[in-house]
Amino acid sequence: MNFGFTEEQELLRAEVRKFLDRNCPLDEVRKVAETPEGFSRQLWGRMAELGWVGLLLPEKHGGAGLGWVDLVVVLEEAGRSLLPSPLISSVLAGAAIALGGDSEQQSRWLPDLAAGTRIGTLAFQEGDGIDPAQTSLAGVTTDVGFRLTGEKLLVADASAADLFVVAFRASEASDALSLAVVPRDAPGLGVEPHISVDLTKPMGRVRFDAVEVSGADVLGPPGSGGELLQRLIDCGATAVTAELVGAAEAALALTVNYAKERVQFDSPIGRFQSVKHPLAEMYVDIESTRSLCYYAAWLLDENPSEAALAVSRAKALASERFPKLGIDVVQLHGGIGFTWEYDAHLYLKRAKWGRPAFGDADWHFERIVRLAAAAASAV
Amino acid sequence: MDFNLSPEEESFRDEVRAFLDENLPPKDERDFAAVAEFQRKVRERRWVGFSWPEEVGGGGGSVMQQVILKEEMAKRNAPSLGSCFMGLAWVGPGIIEYGTEEQKQRFIPDILDSKYQWCTGYSEPDSGSDLASLKCRCELQGDEYVVNGQKIWTSLAMWAKWMILLVRTETDVEVKHDGITCLLVEVDTPGITVRPIKNMAGNAIFAEVFFDDVRVPVENRLGEEGQGWRVTVSALAHERSSISEVYGLTRTLARIRELAKTCQRGGRPAEEDPHLRRRIAQADMRIEAMRLNGMRFLTKQLKGEPLGAETSINKLLRAQLEIEFGELALEIEGSLSVLGKGDEACPEDGHWQHVSLNWPELVIGGGTPNIQKNIIAERVLGLPKD
Ligand SMILES: Cc1cc2nc3c(=O)[nH]c(=O)nc-3n(C[C@H](O)[C@H](O)[C@H](O)COP(=O)(O)OP(=O)(O)OC[C@H]3O[C@@H](n4cnc5c(N)ncnc54)[C@H](O)[C@@H]3O)c2cc1C
Repeated sequence: MNFGFTEEQELLRAEVRKFLDRNCPLDEVRKVAETPEGFSRQLWGRMAELGWVGLLLPEKHGGAGLGWVDLVVVLEEAGRSLLPSPLISSVLAGAAIALGGDSEQQSRWLPDLAAGTRIGTLAFQEGDGIDPAQTSLAGVTTDVGFRLTGEKLLVADASAADLFVVAFRASEASDALSLAVVPRDAPGLGVEPHISVDLTKPMGRVRFDAVEVSGADVLGPPGSGGELLQRLIDCGATAVTAELVGAAEAALALTVNYAKERVQFDSPIGRFQSVKHPLAEMYVDIESTRSLCYYAAWLLDENPSEAALAVSRAKALASERFPKLGIDVVQLHGGIGFTWEYDAHLYLKRAKWGRPAFGDADWHFERIVRLAAAAASAV
Repeated sequence: MDFNLSPEEESFRDEVRAFLDENLPPKDERDFAAVAEFQRKVRERRWVGFSWPEEVGGGGGSVMQQVILKEEMAKRNAPSLGSCFMGLAWVGPGIIEYGTEEQKQRFIPDILDSKYQWCTGYSEPDSGSDLASLKCRCELQGDEYVVNGQKIWTSLAMWAKWMILLVRTETDVEVKHDGITCLLVEVDTPGITVRPIKNMAGNAIFAEVFFDDVRVPVENRLGEEGQGWRVTVSALAHERSSISEVYGLTRTLARIRELAKTCQRGGRPAEEDPHLRRRIAQADMRIEAMRLNGMRFLTKQLKGEPLGAETSINKLLRAQLEIEFGELALEIEGSLSVLGKGDEACPEDGHWQHVSLNWPELVIGGGTPNIQKNIIAERVLGLPKD
């Protein structure tokens, strides 16, 4: 029994921490986030060299061959720094190809993704919902494959992406969902950046105007995409939760320090219980989400078919509690917390960005009720 | 990360399971005699006081074995290992750590055999959360201590034979935690009056206890004079990972889900109500968080690191759940939730009404949520003490 990290994982954490402390302090985050690309290519290149971008990918394709538990370590630290980077997006695109692609497809795309020379992302949402069944982007059958017409919204890191893993449907049938890998320069594909509230999380609208996709670009047998997409959504929910945990922890540390230093009524405000108790509650929420998230990651590695319930519990808690945590962080700072200059709002915005990403609390709660009932009756 | 048991741990688990298969009385046959027989057999195996050293009659079980034993018992909803609740929980460990040889021989075997109850005389009318401010007076006269004062909320006092008691032997102290002494007192000693207090659920489980020139032999002092705080509160609060508690919570939630199938809300089964579904999921999520937090605490323990203030996390989650369970069940019952035990129309004969009136035992009894938050804020986050 060991619900802790290995020495290697602790070393990995320390390495990421050191790297980000040095290269990605918050003033750098602000600068980078306001550039048109929204992330630093230079930092990305170095992260790729260090093996973090291809962490999950098989060694024969240039990856590190590690697992979700390792990735969670990296993502927690990335979240702590509010690192603007397409890391989660590219990891998910890589996972899509590694899980659903044949060996030719893997050899075609994975080495570039692992090396960070190409960036991937998942294009699945078309509006509010995250259910695979809500996919309506049409793929009309052609001689060589499909012709895609429609639009994806909220595509993470769309401007940065070179490869889009796109969910589309060949017909109304429930089993007609497929995923295809579409390069950015495919004729008919257009990207238009969204205006994001959280500048560290750029997103975009991707238009498909009769984009031709060959059969060789479709992952898995046509129509098998629903299950794969659901798995990727679970991976995404876990990844986002890990980042949110790291960010929340940084927000708590910022506020605890402030509460120790800021004096009012001749006392550090951290002596007042109406200040210290919300901070204690944040700690409870962070540690609890962390436990749930680690377990979800472990299941994604060890027993992915059983992971959904654990993923939902983790993401539900993060979505339920962290926006509230962000609000408390701002509030406990008083006026300074409301300024653009001070960092509190960066954490609040990250938490608000994370709330609906890969399913909000209600979506996951509903799945918990269904899956927990099934699990209970299986015993 | 690895959630598997080692082969030795597995074989211990199998031993416990086999024991339970053979000896656990079925749920509807658990009368007093059957439970007593079960507890006798558990005792024979040295699974009572399993964590205690073998030389005092304990089982010498490793941390992991203790967890496995408790977990397997909890999974099957087995009766408690013994009925001497406080003796097994903290009096025994206190005597083992601070007691004299004579005290160990006198008390430990009886605790292991659950021969009689112990009760705990710590809280006073003016000293609850601020326990160290306690005032119950105590003076040494010859070879006897003479105690005068009052305790309150003393659970089981009316049935207990012995009490672990905190008194003040010195008032002129710089720090209030000094000058407190721990005594082991027979409850039928002349001068002790026990007055039961009825709680809001209508039951009398705790009591006020009055001390009027109560004489306690010096050899009944546990630890040194003036060291009572260390002997009891700090030293006995051996923090544990609290994993096994989760099974009880899981069972309660499963029962609430059953209730939601049978009760109607707006003409539909309550289990279809989105608001109630959300609350069921929230409880499920928090129970699992407790279980996994507990696993992380256990991992720390297994590495030989002591557990500290972080265990307040699960106390807070638990407090929230204990209150929520009663409230959720009553909301599911709807209009009928106002009926009490004995009324024909009352769902499950008042079970949830009982639950909804008994949470203070767990929410207040072991340190209130406010106090748990202070502990986290001060000891983990390093905020100034209030
Ligand atoms: C069912 C039950 C069984 C019990 N059994 C025993 C027993 O066997 N033996 C025994 O000795 N005691 C027992 N107790 C007593 C229990 O330990 C105390 O009730 C508890 O410590 C709280 O003390 P109090 O009741 O005096 O409340 P108080 O300490 O007066 O608290 C009142 C309120 O003030 C809050 N408060 C107090 N101090 C602070 C602070 N510093 N910051 C913020 N809020 C604060 C509390 O959170 C609470 O909400 C039992 C209690 C219950 C409910």
